[in-house]
Amino acid sequence: MTDILERAKTQVLDGGIGLSYDELVEVLQLPEDQIPELLELAHAVRMKHCGPEVEVEGIISLKTGGCPEDCHFCSQSGQFTSPVRSVWLDIPQLVKAAEETAATGATEFCIVAAVRGPDERLMTQVREGIKAIQEAVDINVACSLGMLTQEQVDDLAAMGVHRYNHNLEAAKSYFPQVVTTHSYEERWATCEMVREAGMELCCGGLVGMGESLEQRAELASQLAELDPHEVPLNFLNPRPGTPFGDLPIMSSQDALRTIAAFRLAMPRTILRYAGGRELTLGDLGTRDGLLGGINAVIVGNYLTTLGRDADEDLALLADLKMPIRELAKTL
Amino acid sequence: MTTYCAHCGQPGEARDHTVCDVQLVMEPPRFCTSCQRRMKVQVTPRGWSAACVEHGVLTS
Ligand code: SF4
Ligand SMILES: [Zn+2]
Ligand SMILES: [Zn+2]
Repeated sequence: MTDILERAKTQVLDGGIGLSYDELVEVLQLPEDQIPELLELAHAVRMKHCGPEVEVEGIISLKTGGCPEDCHFCSQSGQFTSPVRSVWLDIPQLVKAAEETAATGATEFCIVAAVRGPDERLMTQVREGIKAIQEAVDINVACSLGMLTQEQVDDLAAMGVHRYNHNLEAAKSYFPQVVTTHSYEERWATCEMVREAGMELCCGGLVGMGESLEQRAELASQLAELDPHEVPLNFLNPRPGTPFGDLPIMSSQDALRTIAAFRLAMPRTILRYAGGRELTLGDLGTRDGLLGGINAVIVGNYLTTLGRDADEDLALLADLKMPIRELAKTL
Repeated sequence: MTTYCAHCGQPGEARDHTVCDVQLVMEPPRFCTSCQRRMKVQVTPRGWSAACVEHGVLTS
């Protein structure tokens, strides 16, 4: 074992303490022939500190497209010539999507809106939607509605939202290259408010956006500092018409190094496969990641793109003997 | 009659759409193949629908 893997074993696996920024840089620089050993260690950390269960989630776009923000990876920004048009989902369709999600065994259903932050119309739609879901489906409801005011945080907590997603998106030093219409600090502030209100915080980001290895390690360290309940890890899927539309797809080796590094930075977090894994990792890589630190998945489709068939993912989890986390245990 | 690519919206004969066809496995259609309009697309966990004001709704 190399020096860094030895240290990670003692510190993270035995001690339960995440790696520092400098150590994460070393991990991300490990040569290709050491990736299997790295993944094995990250998997051992996940099994010891989180257990074998996998948390399954479905997501739905309640309000698609036409967002005033300029996140350079996003096909839903109204500032780019993306083909995605603005559309709203009605409540019966929202409930149907929650039912379909619950039928996969998922315990989380996340309602997402492409907005800077919610306005009154959106808050009303969310309030009515959550009420209708709670009456019809046995599932935890999460939301991702952009930046919040304290009043909105309190309203969502009162509605019974049990987890709120708000990603850091990128390392602090790279953020200005990714978003110019709001700041990293504004995102951080929403995350803090969410947690203080007693909701679980879901906060992750994207990799493969042209950031350096050091900035990838920086993102992992900054997330570790924020210490969210869940970290969704997205791999850039370059969207036509966006500023990042022509970036190359991240290599599967780099994606696997990143997964393991995130696990070694945050031994106890729920580390979720989010967007882009189909493209970056394919079937084989998806399996490698589940054996390299990942312990949660989004099943089915994403917000504007399609995912793997939910049944394929469920079969893979069964094959890996990783039970799906049940609802009672997450409440 | 001209038909249009559901992914990029360009006429079928205008260019090679091999890459678009590959993309369409992992993405819903964005353009109406009859009139080139951008469609209103809703993706759900297990499907999608795409609506053209002129030519109606497609579903997965
Ligand atoms: S705020 Fe969200 S929906 Fe809007 S451009 Fe950024 S990532 Fe896309
Ligand atoms: Zn095309
Ligand atoms: Zn049409």
